Amino acid sequence: MRNRSLLILTAVVTTGALTLTACGSRDDKKPEADSGKTTVVIGVDAPLTGSLSALGQGIKNSVDLAVKTANKTNEVPGVTFEMKEYDDQAVPASGQANAQKLVGDEGVLGVVGPLNSGVAQSMQGDFAKADLTQVSPANTNPALSQGDKWAENEKKRPFKTYFRTATTDVIQGKFAAQYLYNKAKKRKVYVVDDKQTYGAGLAAIFAEEFKRLGGKVVDTDHVTVKETDFSSTADKVKSKGADSVYFGGQYPEGGLLADQVKKAGAKIPTMGGDALYDPAYISASGESNDGDIATSVGSPIEKLDTAKKFIADYQAAGYKDPYAAYGGYSYDAAWSIIQAVKAVVAANDNKVPDDARAKVTEAMSQVSFPGVTGQVAYDEYGDTTNKQLTVYTVKGGKWTDLESSTFED
Amino acid sequence: MNELPQQLANGLALGALYGLIAIGYTMVYGIVQLINFAHGEIFMIGGFGALTIYIWLPSGVSLLVAIPLMIIGGAIASVAVATAAERFAYRPLRGAPRLAPLITAIGLSIALQQIVWGFYPDAKKHKSFPEFSGDAFKITDDLLIQRADAFVLVLAPLCMLALGFFVSKSRSGRAMQATAQDPDTAKLMGVNTDRIIVMAFAIGAAFAAVAAVAYGLDKGQINFEMGFILGLKAFTAAVLGGIGNIYGAMVGGVVLGLAESLSIAYIEEIPGMHQLGGGAWSNVWAFVLLIVVLLVRPQGLLGERVADRA
Repeated sequence: MRNRSLLILTAVVTTGALTLTACGSRDDKKPEADSGKTTVVIGVDAPLTGSLSALGQGIKNSVDLAVKTANKTNEVPGVTFEMKEYDDQAVPASGQANAQKLVGDEGVLGVVGPLNSGVAQSMQGDFAKADLTQVSPANTNPALSQGDKWAENEKKRPFKTYFRTATTDVIQGKFAAQYLYNKAKKRKVYVVDDKQTYGAGLAAIFAEEFKRLGGKVVDTDHVTVKETDFSSTADKVKSKGADSVYFGGQYPEGGLLADQVKKAGAKIPTMGGDALYDPAYISASGESNDGDIATSVGSPIEKLDTAKKFIADYQAAGYKDPYAAYGGYSYDAAWSIIQAVKAVVAANDNKVPDDARAKVTEAMSQVSFPGVTGQVAYDEYGDTTNKQLTVYTVKGGKWTDLESSTFED
Repeated sequence: MNELPQQLANGLALGALYGLIAIGYTMVYGIVQLINFAHGEIFMIGGFGALTIYIWLPSGVSLLVAIPLMIIGGAIASVAVATAAERFAYRPLRGAPRLAPLITAIGLSIALQQIVWGFYPDAKKHKSFPEFSGDAFKITDDLLIQRADAFVLVLAPLCMLALGFFVSKSRSGRAMQATAQDPDTAKLMGVNTDRIIVMAFAIGAAFAAVAAVAYGLDKGQINFEMGFILGLKAFTAAVLGGIGNIYGAMVGGVVLGLAESLSIAYIEEIPGMHQLGGGAWSNVWAFVLLIVVLLVRPQGLLGERVADRA
């Protein structure tokens, strides 16, 4: 008897949930009938909570700004844009669940996100099946756009719906190695990664290039995400006599590792990729991060003429969180979806066509416009054509840029 | 250079921290046979309570003055939450099957994380915690003791001594032992068992607050998720040492901490084992140790074999 009532309860709850979802999707379409304008939704998937939320909130706000700007200037006649954000907490499974929700919502014609390469992996397949365009402002793992065999020079684009405004780790890792070897004159590096798609990939590319240049990788170690005690690893760094540490991973672990290496008595800099380039890297780990180095994609947007309007608008909009490392790229990602929608709508008598998703994906490869971070366009893999990178260092508790340059192999 | 003294020191400091948190698991289990999975969050709330006190204090106040106040503030927060959890979440379920309070504890753990995340100002990001200024103590060329590690290495044994004295000598402590042995008989002998159970939760929470302050001083940051992994580790330490035994919690913590730091440093030095060493495998080796210990001594290192009194 007990089992049966449980069964009934489950059934009732499930039915209730299904009914609610159905109501939800009906509501979504209401504005269409009311205003005579079509509503196009741009989805956002980013870690809005959890330890990476500083970056995620910046992404969400920047997309929101792009959407509001497009509505204000009537960028696409007859279309009102709307943003819908989903929180992936940097967890691949949540990302996939969000991807399925976004695919299920017919109003969505493009998605900005996610932040993490590992999350992107779990979303790509769902988006490709639904012909839904995805533009990541932050993914740098090469396999996402160039296939698993990118290292053997057998590049093959696995998903035609995947685009990104961030450059890849192949470029970033090599750039970092060249800087550390040629400019910072370091010869003995200790490589640590966090075993995740992004971190392990970046660290491997860095290590290979550093060895090719003639440097020595004294040893490697791995840390576990969300752990906080790396003092044993820090002591190994010291006892191996390394003159620098390269960390492939995110800032929560990176900040703590860098701090603990210095506390262990090795006064050497820690270097990492764009995931370390965030104010929270410094605040997350106490005081002694001066001298640490991070590479990041693009040029510092504070210094770009093209970004002045974005920064002013962002401040005027009064968002609670800063645009952080990927704000400009998120704005450009959203804007390129808007441009693609514009092209599709213009080619179809100023109406959104029935197969809008497929058409938008096609139009994405033609998109080219001057964006916040420079000229925005995508190559045959969906990667950005913008190969600018910048080296930043921590000085007096703040990230300051050392130099920007365009990567050449 | 010889890495061993340094790695031992790291392991001891980490283990002392595990031990302080493990007290909370072991005391509650010893008395009500409940695994309080929300204890990691009690630890986290202790950290936030201490941080709140620090923010209230006038800036520039010396850490020597601030730390005792922070411990008190953290303990007030964690004890309040722990006793409220006992009163409103666990007590109504005391007669229920064992799984009910266990699931309640897991739910409470998630709820507490989200409450801090949602309502503590700006807790969605890592919060900076004060750190000791000044360099580490240099004992020999091969051995640096971080100030925060020295703090926990001094404080943990003191706390243990105080607790041991309290449990064995004071009236309430003996009542606690009696309740742990047989709650019904203890009740018949005039022990207010409800009060004793609340006390067990409160003591565990206060120890967790001490651990949280030590953790914050060491890492320079706290966040709303920090209790989860540390709680799991501390629970492991409690099981390793023999759950229900307060000294076992500390011994288990230290053994676990040493196992982690030594496995990071030395497994990879064994020929052919490089792939299985380093930080990536330290948790695996720690749990291998746990399994081996439990195979040989199912009751844990210092645990006593007691008849199940279901």
